[in-house]
This record gives sequence, C-alpha cells and structure tokens, in this order.
Amino acid sequence: MCGIVGLFLKNEQLQPELGEHLSRMLATMSARGPDSAGIAIYGAGTDDLIKLTLRAADTDMDRDLARRLGAALKTPVDLVRRSNHIVVTIPRVLQSQALAWLREHHPEIHLVSAGSRMEIYKEVGLPERVADQFALPAMQGTHGIGHTRMATESAVTTDGAHPFSTGADQCLVHNGSLSNHNAVRRGLKREGFVFETENDSEVAAGYLTWRMREGDSLKQALTSSLVALDGFFTFVAGTRDGFAVLRDPIACKPAILAESDDYVAFGSEFRALAVLPGIENARVFEPEPATVYAWERR
Amino acid sequence: MPMIDLDRQTVRELNAALHRLAPDTNETLWEVTNSDGKHAIGAGVDAPIEIHIKGHVGYYCAGMNKQASICIHGNAGTGVAENMMSGVVHVMGDASQSAGATGHGGLLIVDGDAAARCGISMKGIDIIVKGSIGAMSAFMAQAGNLVVLGDAGEALGDSIYEATIFVRGKVRSLGADCIEKPMAKEDRARLAELLRRAGVEDGDLDEFRMYGSARRLYNFHIDNIASY
Repeated sequence: MCGIVGLFLKNEQLQPELGEHLSRMLATMSARGPDSAGIAIYGAGTDDLIKLTLRAADTDMDRDLARRLGAALKTPVDLVRRSNHIVVTIPRVLQSQALAWLREHHPEIHLVSAGSRMEIYKEVGLPERVADQFALPAMQGTHGIGHTRMATESAVTTDGAHPFSTGADQCLVHNGSLSNHNAVRRGLKREGFVFETENDSEVAAGYLTWRMREGDSLKQALTSSLVALDGFFTFVAGTRDGFAVLRDPIACKPAILAESDDYVAFGSEFRALAVLPGIENARVFEPEPATVYAWERR
Repeated sequence: MPMIDLDRQTVRELNAALHRLAPDTNETLWEVTNSDGKHAIGAGVDAPIEIHIKGHVGYYCAGMNKQASICIHGNAGTGVAENMMSGVVHVMGDASQSAGATGHGGLLIVDGDAAARCGISMKGIDIIVKGSIGAMSAFMAQAGNLVVLGDAGEALGDSIYEATIFVRGKVRSLGADCIEKPMAKEDRARLAELLRRAGVEDGDLDEFRMYGSARRLYNFHIDNIASY
C-alpha cells in the first residue's frame, strides 16, 4: 500500500497556495504510507538555468560549497537550503561540469533531481513531518506530486522514497509493484541508464525517460509502458509542463481524479481530495484501467 | 433525529452508536455530515433504521449491513455494502471497485457507474447499477441478481456459479463459463420487480439481455486433461 497525491493547477491565482494544498493532501495519506514521503514541486524557473536538488546533510558547508563550486564553474552559484536538501541553481550548460565537480569533491552529496522548474524533496518518516521539515506548505508552483510509501519491494531508505526522477524535470510516483523490473532495468542499462537503487519504481521512471528521450510525449511513453511493464501500478508522472495518470489493466491500486476549472487533482483515496477548495463543484471520477490521462500547461 | 458531524466525532463513535441500537429503537432516522471519504462509515449496522450520509464516503461503507436503509449522497469508495445481509444501500453517485462484494442479501442501488469487480463473489444480494460497470464484474458470483442499465466491461461473470446478470447496454466480453441465456417469463418478472424497487421508470424489459453460468466449470471434465 502507498499513497499518491497530485495537483495540477489550471488557475494561476492558486499557484501561491500549491504547497499548502499538497501538504494537506499528503497528510491525509499517512495511513497508506507512514514509512517515507516525498514531493516533486514545479516552481519558478527559466530554460537557461538548471536547479540541482541535492541531499547534503552537512549544514555548515553551504557558503563554502557555493563559493568553491562557483569558482570551479566560473559563475556565481545560488544555493538554497531546506533541511537536509539544498537546491543549487546554475547555468544549464554547466550541468555536467557541476555534477562532475560534486562527484569528485563531495561524493557524500547525493543528486536527487535536476530540472529547470522541478525540485524534489524526500525523506523517511511520517508524511506530515516530512512536509514540515522541508517547509512544503510555503512552496509555490504550477503542479506537484507527492507520495507516501509503505515499502514492499525494497528497504525503507531515503533513496527508496518516491518520487523518482531519471530525467530533467521528469518525475514518477508509483503505487504497486512491478514483476519484470529486472529485465527492463537490464535493457535500460544497455541504453546508457544508471540506476541508483534496486527499486522497481525507479525502473518505471527510467523507462518513461527513455521513451521521451526517443521522442515520445509523456502520453505516448505511458501508453507504451502498458506493454513494457508487467505488474500492478498506479502511476502519476510529471514533466516541466505536463501531468499524467495511468493505472494498470486490472486497476488493482486505487485512484481518483477531480477536475474543475481551477485544477486537476489526484488522490489514492477521496480523503486526499476532500481538503481541496471547491472540491464539491469538481467532477470526481475514477480513472479507467489501462487508460492514459494527461494534461499539459499551455 | 440524530445528526453526526464526522468533523466533530470519529467514525468509531458513529459506528458504536449505531451498533448499540435496539431492534425497536425510536431513533430511526440518522444524518451523517462531513463524511469526506472516510472509511467504514455505517459498517455493521443491524437495525431497521434509515441513514443519510451527506457526502462522499471511503472504503467499505455500509459493509455487512443488516436491515438498515443507507443512502450515500455522493460517491462511494471500494467495497460499498460488501457482505451485505439485508436492507438497502443507495449510492447516489458512482461506486468504486468491488461494490456489493460477497453480499448475501439486500439491495444495492448505484445511480452512477460502478468500477471493476462489481458484485464479485455475490451470494444472494441484488445489485442495480444505473450507469455502467467495470471489468471482471460478478466474478465467481454464486447467487443473486446484477442489473446494469449501461454497459459492462471485460470478462463479465467470469467463473460464475449461479447468479443472474441483466445488461441493457453493451457487454465488452464475457468471462469463462458465462453465457447469454434466453429470458423466461419468471426472469422477466424478477427483472421488472428489481427495476421497480430501484425506481427505474423507463425500463423496457426487451432491451435487456440475460447472462448466467454455462455450468461447464462445475466438475472436472476428462476432455480437459491435456490442460493440466
């Protein structure tokens, strides 16, 4: 059992409240996943800059790190700390250089995600506490996805927490378990993918990233995952401007969607949606099995 | 009339109060507000009362119901009226998967759609869905009637024992050992009565088709030996 929440705003006026609503939704799903929680949030950003979300526990080194990384890249580096995560913003063209520098000088720092707009925060512990730890309620943005995990396939670790990100601005959360992830992982490794965990959901994220790298849209990538991935799943995926939902053909794992003029909201259970403003006027429905639901920001 | 606000009281408190009711109780009309998708609301009621739940409910609402008439003014989550024994459960919105699962008796009415596995392993319950039902509905159904005014998803009535399925719309596919059967006079009368109880006015019986068990899975068949 796991819990998923997602919120994709259509009404720009709600953007300052994104984190607040997501936090409340996430808290309602604690019972479905008390082991760990994670959030992907799509906030402000520009195409020429990239935000690296890094897990770096040592809070004393921030200023020094920004200075040294900036010197190595020959550009000022913006660094924002949220608990044990930091977000480092650098010019996009310097991304691989920055990551190489970090690997060499700070192997203890772990890359969580990269993207022009997406930041990912995840940690073990009760979802409500995790949300507060990262000050999620104050975050702003256009869309976000959260996950509460009850671990089945691999250990309760921060690395095993969702969302998984295997490409810039791409993230995936998963409720369920895949049975052919080892075979798919081997295939993706041949395509050059490097996996950080033994987790089945990371493989699904990698698969979608691979499909989109090959030219698929998010919707097309999810459609082909119906053939490639075997197992139980409810997926919620995010890209820089997109948000999508897919359930496996048997639809074992719960899912409920609400759509209004203001937003599209996803919850594993209706309880997660009940906290949203205007939910009584939204169209509430269960996504059909093996059917991709996708929304794109214009 | 007892009014329970689930923002102020817990589901456990509500259910405990309902379980305490004597068969001859005078508290026969209950209203529940702020249900907000909470689980197990009104589960295990055994009294001839009427309960109105003014909102969406979560899992297993009205489960194991006996005698009570429970109306959900919204959508229901997984397993609404599961294992119902008697009484009436009325969902005014949509029902999620496994609606009426394993029900022994009583009547479940869904005004909207019901998702996958509606009436799975039903054992005597009558279910009327005014919209459509999802895949694998009436899987291993043993007794009772499932009436669908809309369409049915894949593998309808898979491995069905003895239950009757009436569908007015399209059936995407029939499951193993489920076949269409000719409607006899008694079947038509039963369907007419079920429609009447569900308040369906426009039910033209000729529009329905009836499905049930071919009874080929009841016993081991020597011709299938090669399959094992």
